[in-house]
Amino acid sequence: MSDQKGNYMYGLGVLKGLGLAFRHFLETYIDDFRHWGKRYKTPEGIAYRASKDVKGIFTVQYPEEKIPVPEEFRFVPFLIYEEKNGEIEYRCTSCGICAKVCPPQCIWIVRSSDPNTGRPIPDPAEYYIDIDICMNCGYCAEYCPFDAIKMDHNYELASYSRSNNIYDKTMLGRPVSYYASIRPINYQREENARLEAETQKAARKSIA
Amino acid sequence: MSNPNIALETDITFIFPNILVHDERPGYEGYIIKSEHIQNFMQKIRDDLGYDYLSSVTAVDYLPEGKMEIVYHVRKSTGGSPLVVKAQLDRENPVISSIVSIYPGAEFQEREIWDLFGIKFEGHPDLRRILMWEGFSGHPLRKDWKEGYYEEDNKPFKSRWPAGHYKSAEDKNPLGANLDFPAGFNPESWVPEPEVALYTGLGRIERKDEETGINTEQVIVNMGPQHPSTHGVFRMAVKLDGETIVGLKPVMGYLHRNHEKIGERNTFLGNMPYTDRLDYFNSMSNNFGYALAIEKLMGISPPERAEYLRVMMAELTRIVNHLALFGFLLNDLGAYFTPFLYAFEERELILDIFEAVAGSRMMCNYFRFGGVARDLPEGILNKVKDLVFDRLPRKIDDLDLYITNNEIIRHRAEGVGVFTPEQALAYSAVGPVLRASGVPYDLRRAQPYGIYNRFDFDVAVRYHGDVYDRYLVRLDEMFQSLRILKQVINDIPEGPIQEGKPQYQVRVPAGESYGCVEGPKGELGFYVISNGKANPWRYHIRAPSFINLTSLESLCIGNKIADVVVILGSIDIVLGETDR
Repeated sequence: MSDQKGNYMYGLGVLKGLGLAFRHFLETYIDDFRHWGKRYKTPEGIAYRASKDVKGIFTVQYPEEKIPVPEEFRFVPFLIYEEKNGEIEYRCTSCGICAKVCPPQCIWIVRSSDPNTGRPIPDPAEYYIDIDICMNCGYCAEYCPFDAIKMDHNYELASYSRSNNIYDKTMLGRPVSYYASIRPINYQREENARLEAETQKAARKSIA
Repeated sequence: MSNPNIALETDITFIFPNILVHDERPGYEGYIIKSEHIQNFMQKIRDDLGYDYLSSVTAVDYLPEGKMEIVYHVRKSTGGSPLVVKAQLDRENPVISSIVSIYPGAEFQEREIWDLFGIKFEGHPDLRRILMWEGFSGHPLRKDWKEGYYEEDNKPFKSRWPAGHYKSAEDKNPLGANLDFPAGFNPESWVPEPEVALYTGLGRIERKDEETGINTEQVIVNMGPQHPSTHGVFRMAVKLDGETIVGLKPVMGYLHRNHEKIGERNTFLGNMPYTDRLDYFNSMSNNFGYALAIEKLMGISPPERAEYLRVMMAELTRIVNHLALFGFLLNDLGAYFTPFLYAFEERELILDIFEAVAGSRMMCNYFRFGGVARDLPEGILNKVKDLVFDRLPRKIDDLDLYITNNEIIRHRAEGVGVFTPEQALAYSAVGPVLRASGVPYDLRRAQPYGIYNRFDFDVAVRYHGDVYDRYLVRLDEMFQSLRILKQVINDIPEGPIQEGKPQYQVRVPAGESYGCVEGPKGELGFYVISNGKANPWRYHIRAPSFINLTSLESLCIGNKIADVVVILGSIDIVLGETDR
């Protein structure tokens, strides 16, 4: 650690600093030669530039290069649906927990009800997210008891008009396979938990 | 929370028999004082009892009882938990004497209370609005004041479910109909009064130089709000005599969104992501402070592993903050972007860890009441290990070599913006600013929270109190943070990360609580009052950036205009937190 005493004002400190900057400059080129052809625009090159061993330049040329996002990365939610016999079935039951927990209150849900009895049906008639207001906190996905809403990885949402930013049910909908592709570890864990719960249920039934 | 100084605290009602009583309300702590005695009382506790450091002043509006309450948190610079004193005022005509003459650090905080609550402070030197503009109508933190986009008192709003037919906020409150003007105010013909008040406050003078017979005049220079050196939209009106600063008034509030009012509408859990937006460099430590405050009310504590994860994140964010400060400070000194980018490279690697753990680089929202949101994903602990044991020490050493003994930097920074320990304490300076002035005060030691009492580290302290020492203290702190991180990595146990089941509706018993952490910028406190319902009744943030600015004028006086930028940079402000 440096001390304030000693080596006073001979320009040595400036020279040392310049030496460091020069080293950095050289390292960029040495690194380029060492990883010839692999340092830029390749997945391993991008991973290398985000690793602890990187020397020299570390910037990424967006949009030609994109840093892969980690699994937990969260950006604007989407609704999961399952495809059964060609029909789309949303996992959402319109219980409203996401709308209640949402800190900026950007989720709007219309619950469907049976036209004859007026009793609520576990299926959202309308589901809106105002993504201008969404703060990407991830609470809706975290507290959803049905794993029906999850946070997306797609962060390129720029559009020319704000009126496009009210996402409805169809715009929010994504198949389960998409979820499994962006969050494989979480998906596997949830599936395992579900299977276990089902086998336990079956076991309890068979005992009874 | 264990408090090593508990034995030193005595019942002070014996010393002030007729003016002080215990606060007997359930869940409350401290004392209630008769408001007319506040000045005498403060003078006495400062001079005789050693409470030399005013931590926070805030107010609470008890609308149902028709009362306003001022809450003082006063500390000893030797450590221990704060002394909480409250003065109750009549809501219709709230007046109390100012304590600025005793604790100069109260200046901005009292102005803020006047601005947001409309409580008058008699004897305050400059009682103007601070966050709102002078033409603003009403005092927004009063419970009966409603904002332009008002929908309901508390979230969740009933219009969202089960019949949530979407309606945009603009349709509900068309532009022009969503704001109030004071009576007789016409925005078209308005002359900016606050400017006049600001400049009168600075009081320019003209004089004749005795020796030369030349007439001189003091000049007022406006820096900001759109100035590259002010780290955001911050403005300073500087009064100059030649090149020397003789007066300075900071102007802030350009980024004001009344975070505290939003917080009172929010649910307890809903506030957590909002705290990220305060000091957006250090969302992890903001989360930490808020989680501590609510956990204190709920009476829960996180499991072991979560405690370690919290400390790990808090220390990583401290390194992030100080690295960013390096970059900015050196930019302010004219070094342009090279040191900035060197520092940001390391910051980038730490943010990658935050992104993998919390899901977002800056708006982490990682802490929950009684734990953290999720465990470390596979491989992240190794990444942290690599950084902490290998890369960061190397790179911080590099920065040290690069900057510390650079003659230009030393010429610019040594002896500039000097603060004595007495001044620093009086102005309620916190964090590195206080420690660079030779006061070894660090909440991690003074009032340990979480599991900080387990770790072996030193409180970084430097003694010259100038810009250079404020830089060095941060350098030292980064090494201490690495020391803590090494212990965390070695000791972190396996186990659960959340106490009980994660809940979205937490039950918070009625009462008050003040949760504070040593954030990278200093004491970050959350003062929360719950009335047992789903939303906080009062949610106040003791923002280190804001209160550190109180001392800006006295730091700058006597220095040259070119040094203002550097002094401001060395205080390390973030406008998201200053303006709230």
